[in-house]
Amino acid sequence: MSDELYQEKIVALAKAKTGAGKLAAPTRSARRDNPLCGDRVVIDVTLDGQGRITGIGHQVRGCLLCQASASALASLAVGKDAAGIADIRHDAERAIGREQGAAAEPYAAFAPVAAHKSRQECVLLPLEALKDALA
Amino acid sequence: MSFDVAGVRRQFPILSEIIDGKPVHYLDNGASAQTPLAVIDAVRKYETTSRANVLRGVHRLAERATEAYENARAEVAAFLGVKPMEIVFTGGCTAAINLVAYSYGQLLKAGDRILLSELEHHSNIVPWQLLRQRSGIEIDMIPVTTDGRIDLGKLPGLLTPRTKLISLAHISNVTGALLDVKAVVAAAKGVGAKVMIDGAQRAPHGPLDLPELGVDFYVFAGHKAYGPNGIGVLWAKPELLDAMPPFHGGGSMIGRVTFAETTWAPAPRRFEAGTPPIGPAIGLGAACAWMRGLDWTAAHDHEMGLVQRLMDGLQKIDGTQILGPASLQNRYPVVSFMLDGVHPHDVAQTLDSFGVAVRAGHHCAQPLMDRFDLDGTTRVSMAPYNDTSDIDALLAGVAHAAKTLR
Repeated sequence: MSDELYQEKIVALAKAKTGAGKLAAPTRSARRDNPLCGDRVVIDVTLDGQGRITGIGHQVRGCLLCQASASALASLAVGKDAAGIADIRHDAERAIGREQGAAAEPYAAFAPVAAHKSRQECVLLPLEALKDALA
Repeated sequence: MSFDVAGVRRQFPILSEIIDGKPVHYLDNGASAQTPLAVIDAVRKYETTSRANVLRGVHRLAERATEAYENARAEVAAFLGVKPMEIVFTGGCTAAINLVAYSYGQLLKAGDRILLSELEHHSNIVPWQLLRQRSGIEIDMIPVTTDGRIDLGKLPGLLTPRTKLISLAHISNVTGALLDVKAVVAAAKGVGAKVMIDGAQRAPHGPLDLPELGVDFYVFAGHKAYGPNGIGVLWAKPELLDAMPPFHGGGSMIGRVTFAETTWAPAPRRFEAGTPPIGPAIGLGAACAWMRGLDWTAAHDHEMGLVQRLMDGLQKIDGTQILGPASLQNRYPVVSFMLDGVHPHDVAQTLDSFGVAVRAGHHCAQPLMDRFDLDGTTRVSMAPYNDTSDIDALLAGVAHAAKTLR
C-alpha cells in the first residue's frame, strides 16, 4: 500500500507543520517552483551578523513529501549557516539514496522516497529554496 | 447495444500484466494511451520485413517501406475524413502546433491577433508566445466558465478584424469539456479568421469528419491515440498547406537545391524534412485502422457509463470536488477532481499503490489552474478498454487517501 511511502513519520512531519507560515520581517526570502509538478515553496529567514539562521518560515503549496521536508528542515535550521544547511542537504540526499551512507533523523524518515525517483525533487525543493535564500 | 470490453481488453497485452502483485488499472490515457496488438504487429512487421528509408531508394525494401508509410498516411486521412496528401506527419502534436505557429505564423504581420482559451495545454500557448516574440502578433484569450468549458458567449466580443487564427482544444485535457467546434467556425467566418483545433484528447475517441466540422487545421498525437511515440499529425486545408513556407529544411522537402536558390516540394513533403519517423507512422496508421473498426457509439456509451460510476463514487467520499462539467452532455471521459486536504500528487501516489495509474498536477494547463486557484488536480482519463474494476479500484484508493493522509 501507499503506506510504504507515506509512513507514519513522514505524515507526522507534514502534520507538525514546524516553521509553517511567513516571517514578519525576514532578512532574506526565496521562492522555488518545481516546473514539472507545479509545487512551490517560499522560505523566509532571519539571520544574525554571522549569517546564522535565527528564524525560519515556509509556505508550501505542494505535496505531503514537500510539506514534510519543509517541516524537517525548519526543525533543524535555527543556528545553522549556509555550510550547516549544506550538511542537512547531504543528509536529505543520503535519505533518498542519492548519496552513500545512513541519514540521521528526521531526514531518515524519507528513506522510502529512494524508490520513487519522480518524488525526490519534492523532498529537495525546500532545501533548494533555503539555499537560494542564503546565497 | 452492449460493448465487448473484455474483447477490447484482450487486444492490449499490457492490460493483463501483473505488477508487484497488482493488475494494471490504467486511467492515464490522456497522457498516453496503451497500444493494441494491431499496432505492435504493424510496427514489428515494418522493422522485421520492410525496414529501409522511404521515398528515395529503389530497392525492394525501400519500396515496401515507402508503400507502408504512404498507406499509413491514407489510413490517417480516412480516419479524419480527408485526402492523404493533406496529412503531414510530425514528431507529435506539440510539433504539429509549432509547425503551424512557425510556418503559418510567417504569413502573419505585427498586430495580427491569435485567439486562444484559458484552458489550453501549454503546447497551444507557448508556440504562439514564441511567435509573438518573433513577429509582434497579439494573443487574446477566451475565459472558461465555472464548469470548465471555453466560454463561447465571450467569443464574439473577442473577435476583431485583425484576428487571423483561433486555436482551441477540441476536448480539454483537464475538464473533459467538448468544444462546440461548429459554433467557433461560424463565428470565425464572420471576421475571416482560420480555426485550428488541437485534437490530442479527441482523436483517441473515434474517427472524425473534418470537412463537416469546417476547421482549417487539425492536429493530434499518435501516442494518445493508441499509436507509437514520436509521431503526430497535422491536417490543413490544401490551400493553406500550399501557401505555407517550410518549417524545417533538409532532404525530402526540396524541389531543387543550388547554392543560389532552393525550391520547395509540394505539401506534405515540404513539411517532412529529413527521414520521417517511419515505424511510428506505420504504427499510427494501424492505430487509425483499429479505431475505425471499433463501434464508437457503443464505446462512448461504455466510457460515459464509467464516468457516471466515477462521479457517483467520488460524491460518496467526503471532501471531493470535480473540476469540469457535472453532466455527461458534451463531455468526454476525462475527469479531474480535488480531494480536500490532500495534494493531488499524494492522491496519485496512493492510487499507484492500488495499481491505479492516473495523472496529477497542473496537466500543462497552468493558466487554468490559476483561474481556479488550484495547485493541481487528480485526473482520470479513460479509454474504451477501461472497465468497472478500474473505477472501483480508483475509488477504493481515493477513499484510502482520504482516510490516511488528512
